[in-house]
Amino acid sequence: MFNVFKYVLFDLLRSKWSIVYTLFYVLSSSALLYFANSSTSAVAGLMNIVLFITPLVSLLLGVIYFYQNRDFAELLLAQPIRRTQYFLGNYLGLITALIANLLVGIGLPALLISNETTAFTELSILILSGVLLTLIFSALALLITLLNENRIKGFGYAIIIWLFFAVIYDGLFLMLLLYFNDYPLETFALVGVILNPMDLCRVLILLQLDLSALMGFTGAVFQQYFGSTFGFVTALTSGLVWVALPLAFLIKKGNTKDF
Amino acid sequence: MILRALFVFVYLCCCFWSHGATIETCASCSIKDLRTAVQNAQPGDSLILQAGVYPVHELEITKPLTILGKQGAIIDGENQGEILIIHADSVNILNLTIKNVATSYVKDWAAISSDKASYCRIENNKILDTFFGMYIRKSSHFTIANNQVISNATLEATSGNAIHLWHCDSMRIENNEVKKHRDGIYFEFVKNSIIKGNISEGNVRYGLHFMFSDYNKYLGNTFENNGSGVAVMYGSFIEMKDNTFINNWGPASYGLLLKEIKDGDIKNNIFKRNTTAIYGEGALRMNISNNTFERNGWAMKVLSSCMENEVRDNNFIENSFSVFTNSPRNYNEFTNNYWSEYKGYDLDKDGFGDVPHRPVSLFTYIVEQCEPALLLMKSNFIALLELAEKAAPSITPEALVDDKPRMRPIW
Repeated sequence: MFNVFKYVLFDLLRSKWSIVYTLFYVLSSSALLYFANSSTSAVAGLMNIVLFITPLVSLLLGVIYFYQNRDFAELLLAQPIRRTQYFLGNYLGLITALIANLLVGIGLPALLISNETTAFTELSILILSGVLLTLIFSALALLITLLNENRIKGFGYAIIIWLFFAVIYDGLFLMLLLYFNDYPLETFALVGVILNPMDLCRVLILLQLDLSALMGFTGAVFQQYFGSTFGFVTALTSGLVWVALPLAFLIKKGNTKDF
Repeated sequence: MILRALFVFVYLCCCFWSHGATIETCASCSIKDLRTAVQNAQPGDSLILQAGVYPVHELEITKPLTILGKQGAIIDGENQGEILIIHADSVNILNLTIKNVATSYVKDWAAISSDKASYCRIENNKILDTFFGMYIRKSSHFTIANNQVISNATLEATSGNAIHLWHCDSMRIENNEVKKHRDGIYFEFVKNSIIKGNISEGNVRYGLHFMFSDYNKYLGNTFENNGSGVAVMYGSFIEMKDNTFINNWGPASYGLLLKEIKDGDIKNNIFKRNTTAIYGEGALRMNISNNTFERNGWAMKVLSSCMENEVRDNNFIENSFSVFTNSPRNYNEFTNNYWSEYKGYDLDKDGFGDVPHRPVSLFTYIVEQCEPALLLMKSNFIALLELAEKAAPSITPEALVDDKPRMRPIW
C-alpha cells in the first residue's frame, strides 16, 4: 500500500495540474490577503473560492488521474497486491497531494503576509474545511472512475455531483424552506445544512467570522448548536460519514470488479 | 455719589446675607445625622458630609440647600425606600455616594427624586445598586453631570431606569455613566434638553429611551451592548449627532429605533456591529447624513411607513444587508452614499460611480419571509439569484436606488 501511495503522490506532485492548482491558490489568497481591507473580509472572499474550487478540483483531478492510470491499475492488480491496499493507496496519494497543494497555496501566503491583525483561527478553520472537502470529493472521484468505464460519462457524473452540492442542493433547500415556511424549521434547516458538506463548511466558517451575522432566532439556534460538544461531534461525524461511505462502497465494488 | 456708595454697601450686605452658613456633618461633629442636619439648615446653607456612612431614607429637601460629600461620604438607603427627595429649587447634590434602593413593584423608588423643582445640580455622584437612579418629575433647568449610575438589573420587570425624566424642560445631562439598569436614560414629555457625552452600557432594555419628547439634542454619547439599543419614539425636531452605537446585538436588537418621529437630524454617528443599525417605522423628513454603518446585520430597515427621509453621504461598510424595505415603492431619497458592496465603475473620475446602486438585495426579501434561509448566506445559489435579480429587478424595489454612489468612503 505504501508503495502505491508513494508512487501516486510523487506522480501527482510532479504533474502540471497540481502546480497550476497550487499557483491558483497562492495567487488568489495572496491577492485577497494583501488587498482586502480586513483579514476577516479576506477570509470571507477566500471562503467562496475554497468552497467552490476545492471540490471541483478534487473531483476532476481525481477522475482525470484515475482514468489515466487505468492501464497501470490492470498491470498492478496482476501482481500479488490486495485490492483494498491498492485503492486505499491511490486514495491516500491523491488526498495527500491535494492537501499539500492547499496548505502551500493558502498557508504560505498567509504566513508571509501575516501581521498582528491576521485572523489565524478563521484561516485555519477555512483550511480544515478545504481538507474535509478534499477528503470527501476525492473519494467520490475514485468511486466514479471505478463505476464507469466510459470516461465521458465519468466526467459528466463528476460535474453533476459538484454542481449538485455547490448549487442545486441549496436551491432545493431554499425551495423546501419557503414551501414549509409556516412550520418551525430550525431543526430541519440544521439537518439540511449538516447533510451537505459544502454547506456545513460554509456555515462553520460564517460562524467563525465576525461578519457571520447569522442573526435572529436561527442564528441563535445555530450558535448554540455548534457551540456545544454535541453539535461539534455531529458535524464532524457527518463529514466523516461522507468520507467513509464512498470509501466503503469503493472497496466493496473494487474487490469484486472484473477489470 | 453717596447714593451710589450706599447702593453698593446694601448690595454687598445682601450678598453676604444670602450666602448661607456651612454646616459640617460627621461622626464626631455636633450634628451626626443627615436628617437633623437638613431639618436644622436654613435655606441656602451648605451641608458638608465628612467621610462616613449616613443611613437615611425618605429624606425630603424642602429648601434650597447644597449637600456636598467629602471623599468617602456614603448615603445608604438600606433598601428601605427612596433616599433624597427634592421639593425645592436650587438644590445641589454633589460628590456623594448614594446606594441601596430596593426594588418596588408599587412605587418608583429612586436614589434621588425630584418634583416640581428647578435649577438643581446633581453632579459627581456615584449612585450604586438602586432601583431607579434619578427620577425627575415636572422639573426644569437641572444639570445632571459626571455621575456614575450603576445597578445590577437582569430583568425588565424588576429593574428601573438610571436617569428617568418625566415632564421636564431645559435639562442638561452630561458625561454620566449609566449602566445595568432597565433604560439608561429615559425621556418622557421632555423638551429643549441636551444629552451629551454620556456612556450608556449594558442596560436591559434601551440605552436611551425617548417618548413624546420634542426639541432635544443628544450629542456625542456612546450606547454599547444594550438589550435593544436606543429608541426614539413619537417626537419631532430631535438632533442626534456624533453618537456611537455599538454591539447592540441580539434577536430583537437595533442600534437606533425610529418610531413615529419626524424632522430630526441624524449626523456623524457611528453604527458598528448592531443587529439592525437603524430601524425606521413611521419616520418622516429625517435627515440621515455623514454616518458610518460598519459590520451591522442590517444597516437600515426602512418600513413602508417612512417617507421623505434623506439618506446622504453615509458610509455603508461590510454590512450583511445594506437596506431592507417591505415596500415595492420608495418615498425616501438615497444619494451620494458609499456602499462597500458596490461593483460599478467611475469613467469620468468624479468620485461617483456611473452605474446607480440598488442597495436592497433579493436575499433580504427571502430572509424576511423565511428566517432560516439566513443559513444560505454567501452561498453560490444565492449569488446566482442575486445576479439574475440585478439584471432585471422584479422583486426588489426599482425606485430605491442611489444614483450617485461614491467610489470611496468619506471620513
